[in-house]
Amino acid sequence: MSSIEERVKKIVAEQLGVKEEEVKNEASFVEDLGADSLDTVELVMALEEEFETEIPDEEAEKITTVQLAIDYVNANLG
Amino acid sequence: MSINGKVALVTGASRGIGAAIADHLGAEGAVIVGTATSESGAEKITARFAEKGIKGVGKVLNVTDADSVASLLKSVQEEFGTPEILVNNAGITKDNLLMRMSEDEWFDVINTNLSAIYRLSKACLRGMMKARWGRIINISSVVGSMGNAGQSNYAATKAGVAGFARALAKEVGSRGITVNTVAPGFIDTDMTKELSEEQKELMLSQIALGRLGQPEEIAAVVGFLASDAGSYITGDTLHVNGGMYMS
Repeated sequence: MSSIEERVKKIVAEQLGVKEEEVKNEASFVEDLGADSLDTVELVMALEEEFETEIPDEEAEKITTVQLAIDYVNANLG
Repeated sequence: MSINGKVALVTGASRGIGAAIADHLGAEGAVIVGTATSESGAEKITARFAEKGIKGVGKVLNVTDADSVASLLKSVQEEFGTPEILVNNAGITKDNLLMRMSEDEWFDVINTNLSAIYRLSKACLRGMMKARWGRIINISSVVGSMGNAGQSNYAATKAGVAGFARALAKEVGSRGITVNTVAPGFIDTDMTKELSEEQKELMLSQIALGRLGQPEEIAAVVGFLASDAGSYITGDTLHVNGGMYMS
């Protein structure tokens, strides 16, 4: 079973159409990985499905980087 | 890609224009979930579908209640899959001169005709975005463009849904989802049967084609927008009013 970090990075790469090696922990979805606002909504949808949870809108808005996504999953589902 | 086998959610499908839309999309091969406000209305829809050989069912929905919308979507998802065609048709009138209009008359109409579109569209978008295909079709009214004395609440909602469609069309166009509005004129339904002969005469004199429209004539336009033939139209309002109002 892959770690949470690996699973998050794999989803980010798939959703945003970037290479996995570009998905660095500090990368911002919008500024570094070229996501638009709708892409980030879809990314959160994909994370919800991968980790079988619901992320409230007000929390979802705060998840702007790869590390913040990993932190969220670790804190809420780990 | 035709709409054959796709799941279509049609609100207010027990009678009038909504019933005609549900039956039309059903005849094109879509699986229809038609909603009504009461259990008996939902049963009537299910029976009508069975009689006409349409796949699908009637279900109870209170469009003003977020929980009711959530539980409907859940049950549709489990039974049929995610709706990729949404027809926001349910609507009410509570006519009054503005000077006499109560807050309840105002907010009831806003909540049912306009806020419901927010609730249902939001609930259905997730599935459409994943599918990279979707159709949201709002049923408005000629009154939203022309105005009508005694219907400031109704006209506000009907103009509102067209603005909503234009904004949402821009938000989700990149995902293959179109959002449009169909604005019927005077259609032969229970809603217009209440008019007096005098009112009807006056109405008819304003219609170029000189007759009321039939619900099927609205349903056919909705069917067109839902089909591949309508795939390059988004954010638009199609007026279907026999020449009563020409934009």
